[in-house]
Amino acid sequence: MNDSVNQPKFDPVTATPFLTSRGHPGWLGMRYADHGEDWVELELPWREDLLGEEGQQVLASGPILSLMDMASGIAIWKAMDRFEPIATLDLRVDYVRPARAGAAVFGRSQCYRITRSAAFVRGLAHDGDADDPVAHIQGVFMKISANVKREVPRG
Amino acid sequence: MAEAKDHPDIELLTPYARSLGIKLSEWEDDAPVMTVEFVEAVEGRPEHFHGGATGGLLETAGYAALRTELARIGRDAVLKPINITVQYLAAGKSQASFAKGRITKLGRRSANLTVEAWQDDRSRPIATAVMNVLMAEPEG
Repeated sequence: MNDSVNQPKFDPVTATPFLTSRGHPGWLGMRYADHGEDWVELELPWREDLLGEEGQQVLASGPILSLMDMASGIAIWKAMDRFEPIATLDLRVDYVRPARAGAAVFGRSQCYRITRSAAFVRGLAHDGDADDPVAHIQGVFMKISANVKREVPRG
Repeated sequence: MAEAKDHPDIELLTPYARSLGIKLSEWEDDAPVMTVEFVEAVEGRPEHFHGGATGGLLETAGYAALRTELARIGRDAVLKPINITVQYLAAGKSQASFAKGRITKLGRRSANLTVEAWQDDRSRPIATAVMNVLMAEPEG
């Protein structure tokens, strides 16, 4: 997958479809929307079966948390410019207003600081206008490479 | 369910939670223990729970505990999320996860809850959450 001369850069445009093709992100139907140097935006298309309350056309909060977790992970890989295993340590979501019925929700996360062992993110979710967010998030992720062996199954 | 007469006959699951495959596992001290099997819909990196799915289980257990208590005291409210902070303590492995919420404070307008999630070893939680939930007047 990596060409020799140009070291493999992490490209959210090509990596996101792969990362969201299956598992939880695939089940939610997340897809790439936009990115910058240290931020990534993903789209969560509207789905009738993800409501937070019976009979109310309001998206549940769980999918927004998932969207922001995923956007944050990809933003961190973009900021590091490579893929390496990371795990969410702490994630806070403030739901400032309900998302509009029938609207896709966009999750934009920025990795504003990376240390040897941790990556720090902040971001927002919106339903079309980033100046009128539905949620704000803040989180910390840990790198889980090399020196951490406790979770590695045998083999 | 066999225990139905002892526990409020209420819907513990949101449409989202049902879609994800979350179910009631058992009642414990009048609070529901919610569970989700390890299926592809909850998978993040191979053979592990996605942080979002773990968060969804925590949130669902929090709402379920709150709905149970509101039903017990005969109070009707529309629940709306204010915020949630999730602490991820250990990787969620490829087996069922469980979660149970506890109401720390039930106020007039909002409730504060703590929720814990675990897998095979209850003494080793995989994640905890603190959440605030707005309890709005039912409309019409």
